[in-house]
Amino acid sequence: MTRHSGRMACGIAATLSLIFGAAPALAQDAAAKIDGADTAWMISATALVLMMTIPGLALFYCGMVRKKNVLATMAQSVACTALCSLLWFAVGYSLSFTGDAPALGTFERLFLRGIGMEATSAFAPTIPELVYVVYQMAFAIFTVALIAGAIADRMRFSAFLWFVAGWLIFVYVPIAHWVWGGGFLAGIGVLDFAGGTVVHLNAGVAGLVAAYLLGKRHGYGTDNFAPHDLSLAVIGTGLLWVGWLGFNGGSALGANARAAFAITATHLAASTGALTWMFLEWWTRGKPSVLGLITGAIAGLGAITPASGFVLPWHGVVIGLIAGAICFWACTWLKLRIGYDDSLDVFGVHGIGGATGTLLTGVFAVAALSAGPDAPEGSPGLLEGNARQVLIQLYAVGAVLIWSGALTYVLLKAIDFLLPLRVSQQHEIEGLDLTQHGEALK
Amino acid sequence: MGDEFMKLVIAIIKPFKLEDVRDALVALGVQGMTASEVTGYGRQKGHTEIYRGAEYAVNFLPKIRIEVAVPSDRVAAVVDAIIASAKTGQIGDGKIFVTTIDQAVRIRTGETDVDAL
Repeated sequence: MTRHSGRMACGIAATLSLIFGAAPALAQDAAAKIDGADTAWMISATALVLMMTIPGLALFYCGMVRKKNVLATMAQSVACTALCSLLWFAVGYSLSFTGDAPALGTFERLFLRGIGMEATSAFAPTIPELVYVVYQMAFAIFTVALIAGAIADRMRFSAFLWFVAGWLIFVYVPIAHWVWGGGFLAGIGVLDFAGGTVVHLNAGVAGLVAAYLLGKRHGYGTDNFAPHDLSLAVIGTGLLWVGWLGFNGGSALGANARAAFAITATHLAASTGALTWMFLEWWTRGKPSVLGLITGAIAGLGAITPASGFVLPWHGVVIGLIAGAICFWACTWLKLRIGYDDSLDVFGVHGIGGATGTLLTGVFAVAALSAGPDAPEGSPGLLEGNARQVLIQLYAVGAVLIWSGALTYVLLKAIDFLLPLRVSQQHEIEGLDLTQHGEALK
Repeated sequence: MGDEFMKLVIAIIKPFKLEDVRDALVALGVQGMTASEVTGYGRQKGHTEIYRGAEYAVNFLPKIRIEVAVPSDRVAAVVDAIIASAKTGQIGDGKIFVTTIDQAVRIRTGETDVDAL
């Protein structure tokens, strides 16, 4: 989402409105005109992205846990959706997508105040601002819900809720502002079309830190942690895959050719990722597993996310191939070698895939795709002679890795000071469904 | 009571053989049976499942346990029919146990023993 266009105008307008005390509703870009086609597509894309968390991620994750933790895993996705939505409405959107300070937004849109019928965001000038608000809300929800996979089977539900609220505000919101809201990473020209850094690397690193702080599941390495019903995970993958067309296609912020390029690269990367993982597993383990197929597809989808609106269809194939192979290595070798218990491989798939995709965006970016009236030059990558872009991408990966890792650590330590992060060992053995929610699958 | 004139034949078989066994016993004139989904292992032991590189040994495999109550003079024919219909020749085909029934009652009519079978 390169939405720098109009950022300055927005900033100046906001400043003027502060100086002259004008109503915030007047702070919009006067030239903005709401477009019916763009609005229709963005409302559809918003629904697709929300569907990725409920029920997509809920099904994907719950199919991979043991039967005693199915409802608790689904509850995390649903509760995360509800809680993040209210926080996004209250402060999240405003702090992410207003103002042009390098580190954080402003309180201009607190509780979405001042958004009138004509309001548009400087980042998406052809759709109603509220569509942009809810579209970005669905991204925030999905990112936070992703982390739940790393701590599955053992986190106390109350501690999880505190974590969700704190992580959204202190980790997601600043990073979304840095990259998409006119912050310092946007300023140096980082290319992240739909969330390689903001969403996938961010959630992956947080998942790794959380898995490390919570410790391994009871019985790790000795008990059978086999997924209780992979058919649910397959259905979840289907919803994620389809929803991803809205995730990446919608990040074009309009019904246009760039969205078409984005969904094409996205779909091809998912397909290539699935086949890559399948063949690697077939070759090294003897059988092409269903879990491998769907994991490879998600790895491809995560990796193409930052690149999708900057690259050609064949780049999607290459990125899917590389992501499928690297994530396979991360989940089947690196994880076992290091020994952390990231239950559902949030780091191995999203962290590694997101970082890989972000760097490859700097390699493959095609200037013609991002060229427009506001930026006639577009954003070329290494293959078009702009080696510096790879360094910029690397800088963004480093910044997100450090912020997400450090703040997740501090946040969890702070929560741990108030209440235990983990359920008791007895409750862990009995299962979270019964001990956390008082319900169970028959 | 008893006098060893009724036998209970218990067979542990591969799940996909249930219909074949049922057809064979119906052809013999057996009036009814009970089938349950069970798990267990014998010489076949279990198998290994691999999920993203993590290997788990699964010791208990799914089997079907069928129970058939028959007059003692039918036991040999019933056992032979189960063997013929459930056998694949592969390890894990299952086992048959025969035991004596002390008493049988048909709940609806109150008939007892062989009349109840």
